[in-house]
Amino acid sequence: MSGFGAFIASPWGSALAIAGMMLVTFLCRIAGVVLMNHVRITPRIERGLRALPGSIILATILPVALDAGWPALVALGAAVTVMAATRIDVLSLAAGLGTLSVIRALL
Amino acid sequence: MSSSPRPFFSLAGLRYGARAALPAFPGFIMFATAFGTAAAQKGLSLAETVGLSIFVYAGASQMVALEIWQQVWTPSTILTIMTVTAVVNSRMILLGATLQPWLRHEPVARSALNLFLLTEAGWLIGTRYHGEGGRDVGVLLGTGLILWAVWQIATIIGYFVGALVPQPRTFGLDLVMPIFFSVMLVPLWKGMRPALPWLVAGVVSFVTHALVPGYGYIVAGALAGVVAGMLIK
Repeated sequence: MSGFGAFIASPWGSALAIAGMMLVTFLCRIAGVVLMNHVRITPRIERGLRALPGSIILATILPVALDAGWPALVALGAAVTVMAATRIDVLSLAAGLGTLSVIRALL
Repeated sequence: MSSSPRPFFSLAGLRYGARAALPAFPGFIMFATAFGTAAAQKGLSLAETVGLSIFVYAGASQMVALEIWQQVWTPSTILTIMTVTAVVNSRMILLGATLQPWLRHEPVARSALNLFLLTEAGWLIGTRYHGEGGRDVGVLLGTGLILWAVWQIATIIGYFVGALVPQPRTFGLDLVMPIFFSVMLVPLWKGMRPALPWLVAGVVSFVTHALVPGYGYIVAGALAGVVAGMLIK
């Protein structure tokens, strides 16, 4: 154990920390696929999974956008509007960023 | 579902995926540059910084890791950083679950690589392609590979010249990820009713964010959305 402790305390400890982080992250990355290999996908489960992409997006952006205040909400609205009208993702991204920087420049 | 085409893999898909990833570039450049800058300020070596980006490749957990990074490691601090990383990245379990039908017939090694490269942004681009009827697994891999490469380059740039980058707020770049996410929401829209779980997810996430520190609000909101999706006919 003391040999292991000394190894961890050496500069190799950082490599071990990164390896440990990689391991648990990779397990998270594959766990969903492995799990679903053993689950029969019922209509109920399928409905749940179909709701996931939109749910993740809302769960990620809503708190951040509300914290950032109304200019952020206007910028998100502009990006969504351009995307709905044109379906060109890069243009919509530019519209959102542009709106936000214009508002901030005027404030 | 029997009418949907069988999944396959093609090199043309790799190229398509790499191109489709373009709107995620600004967010990746922004985040990885910020990580590289913070890592340099924190005193991490270049090898440690790039090692995190190459092997862990998960932005939020890399940022959190900087807060608990040690000069001298002990078994307990290693265990701590692994636990925190697992908690922050647990939402990836959900992403993988939705990919299973698409990856079911893939060779294990290629799926392992595809999943090693799994990120929310890449998954959203892949989900959009899949939702539009695409089944080429090469697209998912092409998106994953190019975004990983962008992440590495931006990490190194951030490490060396991060302090010289002008105020990103001026160009709205601090919110580039939320804006990208909101853009990706549009192709998912199938009417009011299928969007009800999203609303549940947003509300639960907001409340969690207000009450609990850390990144837990994303997984809390996402899980609430899945449960709502299961309950709403």
